[in-house]
Amino acid sequence: MKVLVAVKRVVDYNVKVRVKADNSGVDLANVKMSMNPFCEIAVEEAVRLKEKGVATEIVVVSIGPASAQEQLRTALALGADRAILVESADELNSLAVAKLLKAVVDKEQPQLVILGKQAIDSDNNQTGQMLAALSGYAQGTFASKVEVSGDKVAVTREIDGGLQTVSLNLPAIVTTDLRLNEPRYASLPNIMKAKKKPLEVLTPDALGVSTASTNKTLKVEAPAARSAGIKVKSVAELVEKLKNEAKVI
Amino acid sequence: MTILVIAEHDNKALAPATLNTVAAAAKIGGDIHVLVAGQGVGAVAEAAAKVAGVAKVLVADNAAYAHQLPENVAPLVVELGAGYSHILAAATSNGKNILPRVAAQLDVDQISEIISVESADTFKRPIYAGNAIATVQSSAAVKVITVRATGFDAVAAEGGSAAVEAVGAAHDAGKSSFVGEELAKSDRPELTAAKIVVSGGRGMQNGDNFKHLYALADKLGAAVGASRAAVDAGFVPNDMQVGQTGKIVAPQLYIAVGISGAIQHLAGMKDSKVIVAINKDEEAPIFQVADYGLVADLFEAVPELEKLV
Repeated sequence: MKVLVAVKRVVDYNVKVRVKADNSGVDLANVKMSMNPFCEIAVEEAVRLKEKGVATEIVVVSIGPASAQEQLRTALALGADRAILVESADELNSLAVAKLLKAVVDKEQPQLVILGKQAIDSDNNQTGQMLAALSGYAQGTFASKVEVSGDKVAVTREIDGGLQTVSLNLPAIVTTDLRLNEPRYASLPNIMKAKKKPLEVLTPDALGVSTASTNKTLKVEAPAARSAGIKVKSVAELVEKLKNEAKVI
Repeated sequence: MTILVIAEHDNKALAPATLNTVAAAAKIGGDIHVLVAGQGVGAVAEAAAKVAGVAKVLVADNAAYAHQLPENVAPLVVELGAGYSHILAAATSNGKNILPRVAAQLDVDQISEIISVESADTFKRPIYAGNAIATVQSSAAVKVITVRATGFDAVAAEGGSAAVEAVGAAHDAGKSSFVGEELAKSDRPELTAAKIVVSGGRGMQNGDNFKHLYALADKLGAAVGASRAAVDAGFVPNDMQVGQTGKIVAPQLYIAVGISGAIQHLAGMKDSKVIVAINKDEEAPIFQVADYGLVADLFEAVPELEKLV
């Protein structure tokens, strides 16, 4: 079966971002960008499905600036067969991304679509669910285990109190949680080979999708800083401070 | 303006996060209706009717909603929600699972995990693992929002007397089914609602050593959390994880033991009132957010702390 994986180019997870002085956003100039960690897990899962003989083709798609080709090439180096970039210089909201992905889903007709559960920049946790709604497919969010059998997929999900397993009819949408797998690294020969794999570039206009949004970001501020704390010398002093100064125990 | 709040529950009891969500709804202003969708939810509906500030409780009691499958619950919320100005749910695994599906069906953008209400259409939410706070305005006809429970003080669970009304035909999309669940059992307070949280990280070395934290937690009436490192190493189950991808907590007191304090962990606990760090590495980033830091071997400090509190 064909598996579609969505990946996002985001600021590297180790970077401590800084808010711009004019409060228009965070400063991403000259900051290291990477594939969103949850998307790496999604690519890895697709590759493992292919290695198990379940998936026959892996198509990886990204929606974003031209530079997102780097992340698509990374996915190709990890084992994806071909890539699609829907190029848009604007920062798109989840619904617009879901609509664009829906157009790609209509075009490619995958049996399984794997996304990360959330992007670490916007922290929205929406796109997979929205894509499922738009395409009318079942959704298996926050997956820690995915097992395809016949025309169904069993997804074990991380929920607040523990784990839940659901069975979904294919085609279906799965979003990855951290413990689904441990993504592999791309080897140098595979990085070289990935350069020759096909990468198609589309635009929202060509897909006939409007990317208008009902949300507008008015400003972005730095969070309130915590006042500096103190170091105590002993457990006794700590307990004394907690009891008498902070009064929390 | 009328606001629809989706109740968080397990078919037996109303989850505390619902009270925080109602608090957010009260800040927006307007009549507040609560939807209880599930199976055998009589007690939940009764509890919801008693919540202060709730005007009406809508009950959809059907086997199709028993496990909150989003394929079935979302069409119900869409059907009922189209007439409301706002649809709110707690940013729990259920809320996050269902609400974006609702938003897309209503063709509106969602606002996730709000931490404050600026006005009926403007909200604040953290982005970049809490390293920036965005103020977002929605022009949607129906504003679909998930609420971070720690951003709002819970409303009183008693004092209201809302009318209870049965609603909605069953929506069974027939696309998904519940297979089973494995819930972690714990006698300690729920992590996201606890007043005191004691968390352990990689420094605990193994799962067995968490017994030191459990002993301390029991003495303090605290919940026990963990960092991703401790969960990935298999010391404790993943529902104990605090952080950007785990649970968000904001207790009165957070005690971080053997946790270095990565950005992703801080995202889940830095709104705690008082933070205590116990770590033997005095350069650990956790000390930059800790109100009280103790540079010590946790295997000596934690048992001593347990004795002294």
